[in-house]
Amino acid sequence: MRVALLVTCLNDALFPETGRSVVRLLRRLGVEVEFPEAQTCCGQPMVNTGYLDEAVPLLRNFVDTFEGYDAVVTPSGSCAGSVRHQHRLVAHRAGEKLLSRRAEQLAPRVYELSEFLVDVLGVEDVGATFPHRVAYHPTCHSLRLLGVGDRPSRLLRAVRGLELVDLPGAEECCGFGGTFALKNAETSVAIGQDKARNAVASGAEYLVAGDRSCLMHIGGLLSRQRAPVGVLHLADVLASTEEQR
Amino acid sequence: MSRTFVGMPAFPEAAHRALGNQQLRANLGHATSTIREKRAKVVAEVPDWEDLRRAGAAIKDDALLHLDEHLVRLEEQLTSRGVVVHWARDAAEACALVAGVARDHQVEEVVKVKSMATGEIGLNEALEREGIAAWETDLAELIVQLGDDLPSHILVPAIHRNRTEIRDIFATAMGAAGRPAPADLTDDPARLAEAARLHLREKFLRARMAVTGANFAVADSGTLVVVESEGNGRMCLTLPEVLVAVVGIEKVVPTWRDLDVLLRLLPRSATGERMNPYTSTWTGIAPGDGPQEMHVVLLDNGRTRALADEVGRQALRCIRCSACLNVCPVYERTGGHAYGSVYPGPIGAILNPLLRGVGVDDQVDSLPYASSLCGACYEVCPVRIDIPEVLVELRAQVVDAHRGRRHGASERLGMRTAARVLRSGRRLAAVEWLGGRLPMPRRLGPLTAWTRERDLPRPARRSFRRWWRREGGAR
Repeated sequence: MRVALLVTCLNDALFPETGRSVVRLLRRLGVEVEFPEAQTCCGQPMVNTGYLDEAVPLLRNFVDTFEGYDAVVTPSGSCAGSVRHQHRLVAHRAGEKLLSRRAEQLAPRVYELSEFLVDVLGVEDVGATFPHRVAYHPTCHSLRLLGVGDRPSRLLRAVRGLELVDLPGAEECCGFGGTFALKNAETSVAIGQDKARNAVASGAEYLVAGDRSCLMHIGGLLSRQRAPVGVLHLADVLASTEEQR
Repeated sequence: MSRTFVGMPAFPEAAHRALGNQQLRANLGHATSTIREKRAKVVAEVPDWEDLRRAGAAIKDDALLHLDEHLVRLEEQLTSRGVVVHWARDAAEACALVAGVARDHQVEEVVKVKSMATGEIGLNEALEREGIAAWETDLAELIVQLGDDLPSHILVPAIHRNRTEIRDIFATAMGAAGRPAPADLTDDPARLAEAARLHLREKFLRARMAVTGANFAVADSGTLVVVESEGNGRMCLTLPEVLVAVVGIEKVVPTWRDLDVLLRLLPRSATGERMNPYTSTWTGIAPGDGPQEMHVVLLDNGRTRALADEVGRQALRCIRCSACLNVCPVYERTGGHAYGSVYPGPIGAILNPLLRGVGVDDQVDSLPYASSLCGACYEVCPVRIDIPEVLVELRAQVVDAHRGRRHGASERLGMRTAARVLRSGRRLAAVEWLGGRLPMPRRLGPLTAWTRERDLPRPARRSFRRWWRREGGAR
């Protein structure tokens, strides 16, 4: 099985450690993951802001880059959601019938990290050690668009030393929303403050989620407030082992 | 009592005002979480809820697909039962028709059943200009009207008010509108309801004409249906001599059988009740019983425009339950006024642009962006309106409408530049290399909206792709 990593443009430029975590984790599980260097961005920022024409070349690049693989794994519920639910529609709307069909065929082979681990590899205990108190925030697109359910929690519960605590109002949006965070910054922050407050109230040392974008927003609020809660991607937790510490 | 939404600012500015109001935030947070929990509890009781949602969507879709036939059938049935049917292209025509009926009967006041359509067309204000007082009889609408306020929720238009505020509004404003509130009025809910009942009773008994909307109109039999919780609607529908119903053309359903599904979906989604308390149905005039003159105004006002939108037409399935408002993280913080319409929240963010068209009014164009696209609205919608999908489609329409105009030019340039960089991995690699080396710019431009209250991460000195090339891929 040829497996490609869609690292996402955000992780590539701002959070490369999360991409490295995915590589380390998958190799530990025996997966020979490849990184096709032609990849850029799934186009979601353009699509969700209404710039569909601008997004079409990105979609084409995405399909060109990844359609030769058996599985595409990505540490982002949001990017996986965009690829699986939007690409076909955006291409169709632009009159790109062939691209739409290719996108439709590729879509089911694109997996968010927890889906890939649990559904494709069939593992829940990935052999990680992380002796900390952790709260899990289910990001909206992984929760509602993909329906990853309790896969991330199952993976976290199997991590040695990790104590999973409840996050109040866990299923409520954090208020990031892509360019919403800029266009409606005040509302975005108001929603995020409640999420940050709940993260602190949970008593966790780390708030963990499957999307660096949401974590950038929540973490940006927490660090500005000098709150005693850090943010980590699910991949970062699952990649950490005894030897590393 | 003549405040309207006309001239409201675009969403971000309107939200700014609302977010600063701590009382409003507290009232809304409390009210929405209460209704949310109630709804979740009663929906969980229905094992085939998802099938019911699918059935509701299919019924409405089918009704909309053959709207032309159903409307003609509805008109035939109503006419044969003594009802006068009028067709109104827009708000002005609809208001003129209702005012005309009032003038014909020389009435100076009308009592009103809670109705979204009459709010949409600004009927109260139009009647007021003709010297006719329109009295709201739904408790929450009464609070809004007496407070010279605007509705902020579809189902609970005074959701932004708490008990103490309502007491004060009743105490100060009831006297000018009719029977004053008792001098010793407290904020006890039972006392507040009693004051409203006494105030309204005199209006019900005096009024000669009533105006209503309709939740559903059954084409097969010419039956109109009103779903309400307080019984005030039934008073309006039975006591006056003349009854006018303003009905959006999308309210038509083919048969009574279709009502079965919709009347099961609506109360659980709306108020979190298993069954609706007062469901009134009437089929034309019954000689000697109830109103002896009936009119129905079938209202377009943008509905055919919405119907022509391939993606957006699903919004016409809406049965006005408000479940999407109650779960919306944006609505919960900003409240309804920020949307500048009687239709606030997620459904308002798509319905208003669909009814009015985009590219004309900045306020309307701002609405599709008033969402984080979290998808909670779609999850609870009883007729499965994919609101996030429609929001993205409308954003595309807004962007396309402004192409070639100065408005939004800098954002367009930014998106185009980003898209050019992101067209190839090599271009992106070059920009990342540069970004990791340049100092953070002093002026962040649009990013200041981010940094005002949030820290911003620095671009990594070594991007992931650089790491992969140097050591990652080599192991």
